[in-house]
Amino acid sequence: MTIELTSRPLLAAGCRLGENNQQRILQMPERALRLNGPSLEIVTRCDGKHTVQQIVSELQQIYSKAQPEKVEEDILGYLALLQKERALNFESGAPS
Amino acid sequence: MVPFSMSTTLSSPLALIAELTHRCPLHCVYCSNPLELQSRSNELSTETWSRVFQEAVQLGVLQADFTGGEPLARTDIIDLVRAARAVGLYINLITSGLPLDETKLSALIAAGLDHIQLSFQGAREEISNEISGAKSHAQKLRVLEWTKQHRVALTLNFVIHRRNIDQLEEMVALAETSSATRIEFANVQYYGWAFANRENLLPTREQLDRSMAVIKREQERLEGRIRVEYVVPDYYAKYPKPCMGGWGRKLMLITPSGDALPCHAAQVIPGLSFENVKQRSLRDIWERSATFQKFRGEDWMQEPCKTCDRREQDFGGCRCQALLLAGDAAATDPVCSLAPLRPKVDAILADINNASPGQLIAKPSWLYRPNPA
Repeated sequence: MTIELTSRPLLAAGCRLGENNQQRILQMPERALRLNGPSLEIVTRCDGKHTVQQIVSELQQIYSKAQPEKVEEDILGYLALLQKERALNFESGAPS
Repeated sequence: MVPFSMSTTLSSPLALIAELTHRCPLHCVYCSNPLELQSRSNELSTETWSRVFQEAVQLGVLQADFTGGEPLARTDIIDLVRAARAVGLYINLITSGLPLDETKLSALIAAGLDHIQLSFQGAREEISNEISGAKSHAQKLRVLEWTKQHRVALTLNFVIHRRNIDQLEEMVALAETSSATRIEFANVQYYGWAFANRENLLPTREQLDRSMAVIKREQERLEGRIRVEYVVPDYYAKYPKPCMGGWGRKLMLITPSGDALPCHAAQVIPGLSFENVKQRSLRDIWERSATFQKFRGEDWMQEPCKTCDRREQDFGGCRCQALLLAGDAAATDPVCSLAPLRPKVDAILADINNASPGQLIAKPSWLYRPNPA
């Protein structure tokens, strides 16, 4: 499944950010994913407002010492993983 | 330099299985509750459950599975959801849907319910009512309609066995008419009521092979839309399941009366005593009780587990199954192809696979689970 750079990812119903002992977590049905720096930066931007392209640009700035191509590749891979988990919906068109 | 690397391994949550009650309007022939059911008068109070949720979070638990029996049989269910959510737990509700109406559903979601797992006994009315010993299917279809109006995760849970394993496509089609993002097909696990009804529930090898092909096809077709999960019957497996992710490693189950168990069926193992949350804290039980330590790690293992390369993957399989089939809870799970007692499991399967088609489809005389007072 390909991810469109112009689409806007949004956490699916029943998927939300949580916290336990100062560790941020993505809570999902019967699953949880611990979030570190970059993954937390990505998930907090899955708000239905940021496009995939915007998420990539913003993280390339935050992690400006990393290779931009590598940052983009890792973000797309991570979004694909979350999509496979059914944790994201991708909205297209202008933000509502 | 800031490292740009992400963990992509999904870890199961450390979960608390809260068996809120054994009361249930259904009488499913494979119910995972013990044969000896607790009555309402023994159930924990709202206050005790609320304290347990708080202790669970302090222990690092991320999710609570509200189950039963039928958890909605508790009249304080909204308060329990609110209490669990207030301390930060993610709440899965595993329900038959029978006691639901639109008002109650809205109230549960407003109180913080994250995820509904609606149990189905089949894709059709007739088999569903036969297996649950109650008229139940039509109500579940109503619940699917109401759920569409809400922002809540929905999983359809189907328990699979010989009499419904050929209906997987119909079950998927039913899920596709709903707002579900997950389908869980779980073959019956043979403990308690299911153990008593095993000869009428085990699928044939041919049925199982066909089901695997259907699941694979549907997983590919639905990728990104609906997650399809399939739990195979371990009697047919080559290696045992890592039961509960290992004894006392990831999960803790609290019975309606407050006993803390490492798994649903642990009470069948003789010689174990169970601590109660009314007397001890969750942390104390998790870290120090003899029962949670009994099969934790590897010290208890016998050969062939003791030196097996897979011992950190499947932890020797299921202790309760070892007890039920080998008479020794510390034995290698007999479903393992390396287990000395695997021939016993093969003999059980041979009886099913050599039976005449007529024997296999005849309506059995089920042992139904009763509803405790």
